[in-house]
Amino acid sequence: MNKVITTNDFISKLEDGMTIGIGGWGARRKPMSLVREICRSNLKDLTLVSYGGPDIGLLSSCKKIRKLIFGFVSLDLIPLDSHFRNARQSGELPEVVEIDEGMLQWGLRAAGMNLPFLPTRVGIGTDVLKNNPHIKFVESPYDDKEKLVAMPAIKLDVALLHVNESDEKGNTLIFGPDPFFDDLFARAASKTFVSTEKLVDSTSFDKEKVANYNRFERNLVSGIIPDEGGAHPTACNPSYGIDLDHLKEYSKSAKTFDEYQEKYLFVDEATYKKNVGGIKSITSIPLTKF
Amino acid sequence: MAHQFTISEVCICEAAKVWKDDGEILATGIGLLPRIAVGLAKKLHNPDLMMTDGEAFLIDQPHPLGVGAEPCVDGYMTYSRVFDVLWSGARHAMVTPTQIDKYAHLNISSIGNYAQPKVQLLGVRGFPGNSISHRNSIFIPNHSKKVFVEGSVDMVSSVGFDADDVEPLIGKVITNLGIFDYQGNKNTLRLLSIHSTSSLDEIRDNTGFDFEIFSTDETTNPTKDELDIIRNELDPNNLRSSVIGE
Repeated sequence: MNKVITTNDFISKLEDGMTIGIGGWGARRKPMSLVREICRSNLKDLTLVSYGGPDIGLLSSCKKIRKLIFGFVSLDLIPLDSHFRNARQSGELPEVVEIDEGMLQWGLRAAGMNLPFLPTRVGIGTDVLKNNPHIKFVESPYDDKEKLVAMPAIKLDVALLHVNESDEKGNTLIFGPDPFFDDLFARAASKTFVSTEKLVDSTSFDKEKVANYNRFERNLVSGIIPDEGGAHPTACNPSYGIDLDHLKEYSKSAKTFDEYQEKYLFVDEATYKKNVGGIKSITSIPLTKF
Repeated sequence: MAHQFTISEVCICEAAKVWKDDGEILATGIGLLPRIAVGLAKKLHNPDLMMTDGEAFLIDQPHPLGVGAEPCVDGYMTYSRVFDVLWSGARHAMVTPTQIDKYAHLNISSIGNYAQPKVQLLGVRGFPGNSISHRNSIFIPNHSKKVFVEGSVDMVSSVGFDADDVEPLIGKVITNLGIFDYQGNKNTLRLLSIHSTSSLDEIRDNTGFDFEIFSTDETTNPTKDELDIIRNELDPNNLRSSVIGE
């Protein structure tokens, strides 16, 4: 089955009010071109689930988010995201579910395992539970009778991921040093859309590569969008690092967003790439040292 | 002959000692000074410590900050593995919360009214899980009543000593004014030593709640060995000088 689609096809599969999970972590391997397409669309009232970076900042400033399920929002090299901060401090982000990053992992895992919840101690004794009264406790049925948090499944309508290579069937390879929780996002979602640096012929995959870098099965993948540089301005190791200069420009634009929108969002993705210096300049950004 | 040193260096040397008796666990120093401190701990106090490159690998030796050195990788530590390790308890982190209170609640989430915060910070990240699973020490570069707050922190991001069934494991609290722990009566904050540049009055004036006094001795001076490692091996570009205004 050929799953390669255009960005227009991708947007046509999304609906107002959907719950969308975004893979990657902070400013690392975020499917930013797909995020920008959502910013360019008329979609609204979305629930977003993310180990947040500029994906969440951009969608906040574009007022696409009705509810945000998150553990943090950070640009890594710049600790805080000015767009997300603006949205929270101005009261424009209608609803937040702020949970421990491990609870987020548990919620996605429960959804992927088709369970209503997974037990954990994480969250006990903190305002995470006070602020989220929908998260309940469960008592261990064993002799310990321990009171545990029943972290509810976080079911996603859609997951968005960015990978290094994919074939047209959705066999993907992630070469970055940390696969983050992309596999769990894919398992928690009804549909997963993947942007890929390279569309490749899978006959070129060798066994060792597949064993190390194929993190989830192709049956989870509904659509492939080939897009070299699609993670910019976030990192996509080993091809390019975080574009710190762009993130600085992005950070400054929280107060004067019109200019940023004009240059990067009211244009198509090809023009975006041109406006940030072209694909060669993206792929020459040195890998980020942490 | 007495040697010269800065308060940042005093803090790094004291911070490094928190991992001394931890054995073979994951040491995580979040922020510049705690990170240098982990490196010093590994070089001087506890060579068995596991430390990461800040991305996804364990490294055999700390690499100098800010000089682009390639660390020597000897293990793998993705975020998923960090969660597995931390839930097992085999980790001791040093963190810098924006607020801390008398129950040792930490806040890195937001300041002000939660529905519409005055200042949005990072979010709780892994603090709830960390605080219930393993020991955390604390580094505060700007000891003040804004940090050591009167009453409760604005968003309780970690377990405190007022919880019913659970108790946090708090190691040392190292600030630009002195060294503390939470081992006073009923887990009250307790002063262990005062830096040479500070005084008990200054600490009182800058702490929003009562604390016990175990000692008002001057904090131990860094040794020449410690300073050599910090200055020549761990932080040759003196990035540490920007952390504490001194």
